[in-house]
Formats: sequence, structure tokens, C-alpha cells
Amino acid sequence: MQDHLFSFADQTLTARATGTLWWESEKLLCVSDMHLGKSERIARKHGGLLPPFETQDTLARLGDDILTLNPKTVICLGDSFDDLECLDSLNTANHKRLCALTAGRTWIWIEGNHDAGPVDLGGTHMKHYMRHGIVFRHIAEKTGLPEISGHFHPKARIPTAARGISRKCFLTDKNKIIMPAFGTYTGGLSANHDALSTMMQPDAIAILTGQKAVPFPMQNT
Amino acid sequence: MASLHTTIQGWFDARGWQVHPHQRDLLNASDAASNLLIAPTGGGKTLAGFLPSLNALAEGEHEGLHTIYVSPLKALAADIERNLQTPLAQMGLPIRVEQRTGDTSQTVRKRQRVDPPHILLTTPESLALLISYEDADRVFAGVQRVIIDEAHALAGSKRGDQLMLALAHLQQHHPDLKRIGLSATVEDPRALGQFIASTGDTCNILNADPGPDPDISMLRSDATPPWASANALYAVPDVIREITAANTTLIFVNTRAQAEIFFHGLWQANVDNLPIGLHHGSLSKDARARVETAMIAGKLRAIVCTGSLDLGIDWGDVDLVMQIGAPKEVKRLVQRIGRSNHRYDQPSRAIIVPANRFEIIECQAALEAVRASDLDGEPRHNAPLDVLCQHILIIAARGAFDETALFDEVRSAGPYRALDRPTFDQCLDFCATGGYAFRAYDRWQRLMRLPDGSWRLRDPRQAAKIRMNIGTIVDTETLAVRMKHSRGGRPLGEVEEAFAATLEIGDTFLIGGQTVRYEGLREMVVQVTKQAAKKPKIAVFSGTKFATSTQLSARVIDRLNNPDQSMLPDHTRDWLDVQKQVSNLPQHGTLMVESFPRADQQYTCIYGFAGRNAHQTLGLLLTRRMEQQSLNPLGFVANDYALLIWGLDAVDDPAALLRPDGLRDGLHDWLGNNAVMKRSFRTIATIAGLIEKNSIGKRKSGRQATFSSDILYDTLRKYDPNHVLMTITEQQAMRGLVDFGRIEEMLERTKARVNHVRAAHLTPLAAPLLMEINKVPIKGKAEDILIETASATLMQAAGVQNLP
Repeated sequence: MQDHLFSFADQTLTARATGTLWWESEKLLCVSDMHLGKSERIARKHGGLLPPFETQDTLARLGDDILTLNPKTVICLGDSFDDLECLDSLNTANHKRLCALTAGRTWIWIEGNHDAGPVDLGGTHMKHYMRHGIVFRHIAEKTGLPEISGHFHPKARIPTAARGISRKCFLTDKNKIIMPAFGTYTGGLSANHDALSTMMQPDAIAILTGQKAVPFPMQNT
Repeated sequence: MASLHTTIQGWFDARGWQVHPHQRDLLNASDAASNLLIAPTGGGKTLAGFLPSLNALAEGEHEGLHTIYVSPLKALAADIERNLQTPLAQMGLPIRVEQRTGDTSQTVRKRQRVDPPHILLTTPESLALLISYEDADRVFAGVQRVIIDEAHALAGSKRGDQLMLALAHLQQHHPDLKRIGLSATVEDPRALGQFIASTGDTCNILNADPGPDPDISMLRSDATPPWASANALYAVPDVIREITAANTTLIFVNTRAQAEIFFHGLWQANVDNLPIGLHHGSLSKDARARVETAMIAGKLRAIVCTGSLDLGIDWGDVDLVMQIGAPKEVKRLVQRIGRSNHRYDQPSRAIIVPANRFEIIECQAALEAVRASDLDGEPRHNAPLDVLCQHILIIAARGAFDETALFDEVRSAGPYRALDRPTFDQCLDFCATGGYAFRAYDRWQRLMRLPDGSWRLRDPRQAAKIRMNIGTIVDTETLAVRMKHSRGGRPLGEVEEAFAATLEIGDTFLIGGQTVRYEGLREMVVQVTKQAAKKPKIAVFSGTKFATSTQLSARVIDRLNNPDQSMLPDHTRDWLDVQKQVSNLPQHGTLMVESFPRADQQYTCIYGFAGRNAHQTLGLLLTRRMEQQSLNPLGFVANDYALLIWGLDAVDDPAALLRPDGLRDGLHDWLGNNAVMKRSFRTIATIAGLIEKNSIGKRKSGRQATFSSDILYDTLRKYDPNHVLMTITEQQAMRGLVDFGRIEEMLERTKARVNHVRAAHLTPLAAPLLMEINKVPIKGKAEDILIETASATLMQAAGVQNLP
């Protein structure tokens, strides 16, 4: 078993080693913070010319998950695009790749701080979305409702016998799930940073991604 | 014959001083386009370099900048300013001398661009920055001379390449510019001359009288050195004895970690409380400055240091240099010896201290090389392309440029004289578009071509960013170490991030000579408390581990086979006799391989004499082959002389194992995913301008936006493996940490003729390898076999065999 099953708000969810979240009973796949078009935006705004392959890479990885799971619904949890201009400058190949993924399923674009505004692609654009009492939104809020969000790009460092290993991770507690960033060119914010440690309960679990999804008490990271 | 200006001559006369012959020679030759003066430290070398300028400036007729002095160290520039100001004041000459380095304030720098001094003391980076301004022509108007100090040190690094590119550019705009290089003793003055001079110019080489031969010896000690170990702690009482007998001692140690250990050892035995300091590159700037100040004030009896003090301020009263551990390179040893006794007519005194028994032989070989003035040195690798990419951007920051003119200008720099046009075009394309197989940035090119064919920055605001990234020194990812304190405690130094990651709360390590306890990581600062008593875990610092030079390795083989071993201590002679009885000694022209069993495992020891890095690489390649041949290797370890591999099965045909063909292919596969490559890539991508230097700092502010350069490397490897930066990375890693060239050289040297010796048990020469740290485990089939065997044994013991 490469993935990690856990229960949340009376539902069984799967944190996938790839960094997506799978809700088997709903056939729902959730992905967060893809930051598509990041290298293009960096070139436009800052002049740096990074290897322009990350959009293709991110979509290829998402495509693998969609092919494996064949979800009925896909929720992109915000910051799907590094900004809205990135959307306009998606090259033809990447545009085709994205359209192929959206075809034949419900596709929900939750807006994030990087991509606030409607997108000119298939699917529905929303500020937040709710299913069976679980709210999907980009940035976590203190509502007390079960909620799945992204935005923070959590990563965690775990001590091993040989050395500390740092990976992107999910953070989960009774009421909250914070998703890892899925984009190829995304860094991470350490789970022990105040912004995250004060938001999560003391008994929160960090689920590290990579070859295998591995749960770890967040306090030990 | 050029004569000194009467004022300057009068100043010499008033002090009863003579102009040294080499100072006179350089003055006479000062109309040549390029001069290289090779002189020992303390011979008035720097003054020799400045005399032609002082002579020309003495009448006070020159307007604006006349001479640029470039040194690799900011501290040296500051020291030179002090040393020039005093005589200038005494002579009453109307010459303005100023520094311009990273430490110079913005106000002063601005003023200098409007009103430059006659003599500007600077560093390669600050000079590169100066030529990047639009008004560079005005700033440099009238410049006549450039003095390159410590040219031997600059020639060994990318900083030197950057400097030569900057000078090529200046020369183009100011054709009269004359160059003077100042260098310590080097093995190949002609090559250094070619580095300094413009392509096509001959460099006039002047040798100063090297002074009396150094008084150099091996440490006398009644203690027996261990078989293996690099820290020479056995010699501490003898070293204390030598420090006590001398006025001031410089103690060179090969790595920062060893410096910490040896310093700690000295203080534990320092019953008389001799003032002894520690100096290395991982200490905080304050800690280093304190030691330097105390040294200048004559308050220290000894400093334990690393290469951090290879260059720098002349401390006249150092009368003894000690080298702890084998010197690895004869040239470096000679240059270090030159740091003692700066009076011209007295011999420098040096003592070398072998850390183990094998090093006695290496130290003896090095002593013989010094006495024969037989210097070594690896050939210079010319034209690093990452530095060229940065230079193209610097030129673009200055203004529009023509590509062919720039190509010619770059080729006029010594290190780039053999650059070809397609390679240059590749670098230009990288700067302009990113150089990717997939053209993504047509709209956002960094450089664009104007209708007249010239190039300029698409967005002129980029110039500021380019200037902020000038430089070829890229720090490894390190974390600051501070005493734990509510408002940010005293900084102690830094450790590598990878080392910090291994620490658990309560662990102890040495830094700055004290043992500290790890308390935790807070906002990317390692917090520690003082912990006096505990035996420390040792900090691993970055710092390059030098491999023993090819020439010195050859001398070690000579030394081993020399029939006259009378100069070696008894214990070492006995040790070699046993080796000859149970096995053999490595010889030139063949590759000695020993096989012996030990504790149910089969050992193979290959005496390649190719240096630690090459042996490490060979170990990875050979164990891969052994895995394919089902020889079940379990691990290996390398040092400068040999590679030791162990596994479950014996290697019966080492010649087949070492077959040269196909070796390089295996290398290509594992290299791609290797941490060594990723580390090299990070440096190269930063220098070439793909990654911003200061974006690395931002990581520390805890923003989630930045990501590691490893991701860029992986992405390029997957989607554009032939990208120019990947090519540069592979080339530089192959001759750096991977050192594949020396493996090929070794197989060539021995024609892969294997002298296979089967010994009954462990041999004296192989024994030190068993005590080396950094053993590399191979996690292949052998592990499964071991697990199955252990499991079967245990199951049987428990009486539960034959269960599914």
C-alpha cells in the first residue's frame, strides 16, 4: 500500500503518495496549488528564464492520477495557475493536455490568491465548495467546520537514522486538512512554522509524500 | 635603465635602503604589456608592483585613475592601503589611494565613480561591478596599469577567470593598459603568464632571488603514530614543545573539522595557557577578526588555521610554520612555508607532522620534493562557461553590444583564448533566451537583438539585478550557529545544513574550539548552549578535501621502493618489511591489487594512487560491475592511495573487473542522479545567472515560494538533458569531485596491467583503510543474502524451520 487511508468527518479519505487527495466513495480527486505557468510568470515579472517544462510535468503527473483513478469529480483547490495571465499564455500542447483531463467529468476550479477570477476553460469556477458537510476552499478559515484547504505548501522534515529528510506533506487534524502543493516548481513552508503550528491541533498528523505516503505526528517533525 | 623619481629615491636613501634587484628589474621592464614577478613573501613584492605607478604619478600630472590593484582578499586591500599611505605621506607625494570592495559604503562608491583616486585597490568582484556601469568609460579614463596580486591563487579559481574577462574588456577600451602579476612560487610560470597576458602578448617573467633554502623537517616525536587517523593528536605534546620554543607559530591543518579537533587537543594539553587561536572559514566573521587582530598585535603564540590563512596579511614575526597531516600538494606546502620568517635573508622554518604511519612516507616524499624544488600542480582548466555567461550579462548591463566584437574580446582573455564560436554562441543564447530545446520565452527574452544586429537587455531594469548577482563564490547551504539567548545570542560560526539535519537535541559538537550542545533550530539558526565536559560529536564542514597531487603520489611510490629507508623511523620501516613479507609494494607501471579474506568476507584492495575522489568514483563503478557479476559486494572505502572493496565473494580476476572499456558508460548513468552533480549544478546555475544568488537567502525567511535548485536539475535532466548548463555541470563534476580524469590517467599509466597478490590475511598497507570513516555501503543482493542467512540461522535456533 503506497497511500495512506484515514478518516475525516465520518468519511474515509486517501492521502496519495503523489500529493493528491482521493475520496473513494465520492470518486472525487482533489489537487492543490499547481501553479501552472510559473516559469512563464517569473520570466514576465522578474526576467529569470527557468526551464520551461514545469507545466507539462505537473499536468503529466496529474494525468497519471486521473488515469489510475478515473474520478467523477476533480477539485482544484486554488492557485492552479501562477496568475491569470499564465492561463492566456498556456501553449497549445499544455492547453490540449488540460482539456483532455477535464473532459467527461465534473471539474471545479476553486479560486486562490494567485488566480482570483474566472478561468476560460471547461469546468466551474467557485470561491468555495461543499460536499457532505466538508468545505473545500483555498485558505483555511476558523469556522469549526470540517474543511480541506491548500495555500501554505506544507512540508515536513523527519529525523531518520541516517539524516533528516524533508518532503512535501498533508497536515490533518480532527477538522482540517491542509494539502501539499502539487506543482513541480513549488517550494514548501516548514510544518513547524508558526503559521501552521498555531493553526493545527497539537495532535495533528503530517503525511509525507514521495515514494510512499507516510504519517508522522506533526509535533515530531 | 629606468630611474626612480628623485623623491622616491630620496626616501630610500634617507632610510639607508637599497632597491631590491627584482624591484629594479620590474621597473626597467615596466613598458612591457605584461609582467609577472615571482617572489617569495616578504621580498618587497608588492612595493615592486607599485613602483612603476608611483614613479609615473610622482610629478602629480596625471588626472584621474591611473592604477587598479586587484587582490583576492578584501583584508589584503585594506592592508595594502595602510602600507602605501605611510610611505606616500613620508615622501609627500600627491597620490590618492583608495579601496573599493564589498565593505565600501554606497556614498564612497558613488563618489569614486565621479572622482576616482589615482590608485584603486579592489577585488575581482568589485571590478566586475565597476565595468557593468554605463559610465565605466569615464571612470576608467586614463587608466594605465593593473596590478594583480596573489596571481597564483586567482589563477586557480573562477574568480581569476572573471577578473581576466573584466581586464579583456578594459583593455579593449583602454589599449595602453599594462599588466603586472605578482605571484608566489609556482610550478609553471609560463602558464601563469599566459593566464595574465592578453592572448597573443608574451608575458615577461621575472624571478626574484628566492632567498635561502627553507629549513624544513619532519616532527621529532617519541610517540608512535597510529596506523590510520587524520588528526595527529598523538603529536600534541611535541607540537606544544615547538610552540613554546618559537616566537609565533602558524599551524596549518588540512580541513576545518581537523582544525577543530587539533585545536581542542592542543588546549587540553596546554598547561601553560599559551595564547593559541583558531581560524577557519566556518567561524563567524567576528571570531576571525578577533584572532587576526590579536595576531597583528602580537598577542598570540600560535594560530591553528586552514587554507583561510594561505593568503593574506604579512605577519613579520611568524618564525615557525607547522603543517599537520600530509600536505597533499608540494606547491601548497612551499607556499605555506613561505608564510614564516619574512625577513629576506633568513630561511623560513617549517615542521611537518604526519598524522599516521602512511603519512610518514608521504611527508618524507614531500620533504624530498621541496628540497629538490620539484613543484607539482594540476593543469589549469580553461574557460569555465558559467563565468562567461555571467560576463555576457555584465556587458549587457553596461549597454548594447555587438556579438562578434564581444567574442573577440572574450578570446583576448588568456583563459578563454581557445574558446570557439559555437560554444560562445551557446552561452549567448542561454543568456538571451534560456537556451532551451523548447522555445518558451520569445516574448520574455532576457536579451534582445536590435535591428542593427546588436544586443541589449529587453528590460533595462534587469541591470540592477545582474549587478546584485555578480561574483563566482557560491556558498554552500549553511546555517548560522548562535548561543541560545532571548534576543539572538552571540554568533559562533556556521555548519552545513546537511550536518545540522543530523543533530538531535542534546547532541554536542565542536565549533570555534568549544564544545556546544544542540538546543534546536529556530528560524534557520542552530541554537546551542555551552557544554564544557562532554566529548563532542564532530562537526563536518564543507571545505574541499584536497586529493594528493599526481606528482606527489608518484613520489610516494618512489619512496616506497627506494632501497634506502634509513631516514624513516624504525616503526615505519618494520611496518613496510611486514608488508613486503605478506604481500608486495606498489610499483610504477603496474596496478597492484591485493585479495585477502577477513571475518567471512572477501576483501580486494586496489592501489590506484589516484586520489580520494577518483578512488571513491572507482569504488562506485567497480561495485556496480561486481553486482552485475554476482560477486555480492557489501561496501567500499577510499583514501588517497587505495580503494578497498569487500563482499561475500572473492574477486578472482581483478583485471577483468578493471577493464577500461565501458567504465565511462556506467559513470554516466549513476552520475545523473548523484548528489555531487546536483551540488555542482547549483553553483553553476547561480554563477550563470539562472538562479539568483540572493534568492537563496530568501529561503531563510520562511516563504513558501522558493524551491530548491535540485528541482530545476531534475526537470532539465528529464526534459532537456543536453542543455548547456547540464553539459557544464557534467564537465566540471567529472574533473572535480568525480575526478574521472585521474581514473583514466591511472589506467593509462599502468596500461591496466594488474599485479594481483593473494595474501593470507589483512596487509599492513590495507589496514589503514579499515579505519577510515566514510565507508560506503552497497545495498544490493548481498543484503538479501545476509538477511536470509541470518533469518535461517535464527529460525533454526528457535526450532521453527521449514515453516512457510
